[in-house]
Amino acid sequence: MKKNSLEGFMKGIFILSALMSVISIVLIMYFIFAGGLPFIFEYGLKNFLLGTQWKPSNIPASYGILPMILGSIYVTIGATAIGVPIGILTATFLAKFCNDKLYKYLKPAINLMSGIPSIVYGFFGLTVIVPIMREFFGGTGMSIATASILLGIMILPTVIGMSEASIRAVPATYYEGSIALGATHERSVMKVILPAAKSGVLSSVILGIGRAIGETMAVILVAGNQPRMPKGLFKGVRTMTTNIVMEMAYAADQHREALIATAAVLFIFILIINTVFLIVKRRGEN
Amino acid sequence: MSKISIKKMDLYYTDFHALKNINMEIQANEITAFIGPSGCGKSTLLKSLNRMNDLVEGCRISGDILLDDEDIYDNDYDVNLLRKRVGMVFQSPNPFPMSIYDNIAYGPRTHGIKSKAKLDEIVEKSLRGGAIWDEIKDDLKKNALRVSGGQQQRICIARALAVDPEVLLMDEPTSALDPISTAKIEDLVQELKKKYTIVMVTHNMQQATRVSDKTAFFLTGEVIEFGNTEAMFSMPQDKRTEDYITGRFG
Ligand SMILES: Nc1ncnc2c1ncn2[C@@H]1O[C@H](COP(=O)(O)OP(=O)(O)OP(=O)(O)O)[C@@H](O)[C@H]1O
Ligand SMILES: [Mg+2]
Repeated sequence: MKKNSLEGFMKGIFILSALMSVISIVLIMYFIFAGGLPFIFEYGLKNFLLGTQWKPSNIPASYGILPMILGSIYVTIGATAIGVPIGILTATFLAKFCNDKLYKYLKPAINLMSGIPSIVYGFFGLTVIVPIMREFFGGTGMSIATASILLGIMILPTVIGMSEASIRAVPATYYEGSIALGATHERSVMKVILPAAKSGVLSSVILGIGRAIGETMAVILVAGNQPRMPKGLFKGVRTMTTNIVMEMAYAADQHREALIATAAVLFIFILIINTVFLIVKRRGEN
Repeated sequence: MSKISIKKMDLYYTDFHALKNINMEIQANEITAFIGPSGCGKSTLLKSLNRMNDLVEGCRISGDILLDDEDIYDNDYDVNLLRKRVGMVFQSPNPFPMSIYDNIAYGPRTHGIKSKAKLDEIVEKSLRGGAIWDEIKDDLKKNALRVSGGQQQRICIARALAVDPEVLLMDEPTSALDPISTAKIEDLVQELKKKYTIVMVTHNMQQATRVSDKTAFFLTGEVIEFGNTEAMFSMPQDKRTEDYITGRFG
């Protein structure tokens, strides 16, 4: 009797804990969409999403976020172009080429990377990457390219961690089959194991994309943050996330609503990315 | 001259003496069967013949294994070329998770064949050799994991044939298969021996008598008896061989 009531109590706690996360996500969605949608209806979806001018202090103000949408997309593509190949090759190295001794140091170092606060990455970008970029490509050194490099580094632990796990999960029998045909270790890894791990690797890439598009504090320090249509790889850019952070502190009324609506758009991007992630993962499992 | 000759060979897994003083001559165009209770070293000897044991850490070998009179454990022996010449089929079918075509073409591509026409030709020839061409010729783009286990195993045989080997090693190739697939593979093996030298591990006495020319009986790392299959099964020379083969049949 007593045992049963304790069990029931614990079960309640478990359910409550599980509910917590569901409740928070529902609350977040409610807050963002309730705050942002009225503005979008009032201002017009097309004007909002496709407008090329973000001038909150003009009269009348214009709230076009296309520059920021493109900004987010460009730096994310850039980060992917840099982080994904390096990440996949690193994961392959860790799983199939690295000796135990080196692994003992490399793996914790990579794990540590994911624990470093993004503002620290931002400082690193500002004090190391920005001056180098300024030196080589002129301008302020704050640009799409700079943000891409920094984000490319930041998504490495995500890409490496999951890719490595999925490479390790490939059955040894595939490898043996390849070796038994006279293939070298390198060829067996690159042509059999890596393709066999592709759904896991692809999932890691999508997670990395999600991380890049949502990153804020690091980007704000190195991207330049000009709210204008992106002009080139080595020119400054503003992303959706930085747009919100830079102006939220002083925004009021419609301006504030426009920023919440920006968050709603970002949220939808993340939802899409997560859905793709789930689809890819499910397909890999079948 | 024998195709493979094993001389005074010993094998250790770290400290464990897994094979003891093995001497054996394996003839070309014959099927040699390895039989014996579980853990007696059949797979170990088989894997020594194409140096798959190199993958096992702590595995040491002494003595000689000669393929066409050349020592395959010689330092300058090209191990990839060895594995091309001595193909292997595993206990459970292990096709790569790619199309049937790419499975078969993988080996030839590995060894430098690029021409599409040439690859097409090899793929068809190998699948015919594996007695599976007629069943899957319209499905070459299909993922090889999406066919039956028996078909997968024949694809694996075809994959091994595609690099034009001289010897085929088969480790219990039918143990994961149903009787009909097993019969197909046994017929196929009979056919293959015309061109290849075959060494096959089996737990199935009847299979050994049905398909093999020579049989080696293993016990705790030693070859107790090795000779003509018929003679061995009708008149085993060693008491332990007799116990084993009769014990099996009750
Ligand atoms: N990688 C390894 N490391 C250490 N010991 C091993 C290894 N592989 C096999 N052994 C040992 O060597 C002995 C022979 O193993 P082997 O796999 O050759 O047996 P087998 O005759 O093929 O058995 P089965 O019929 O069960 O397949 C066994 O005692 C086994 O435990
Ligand atoms: Mg075995």
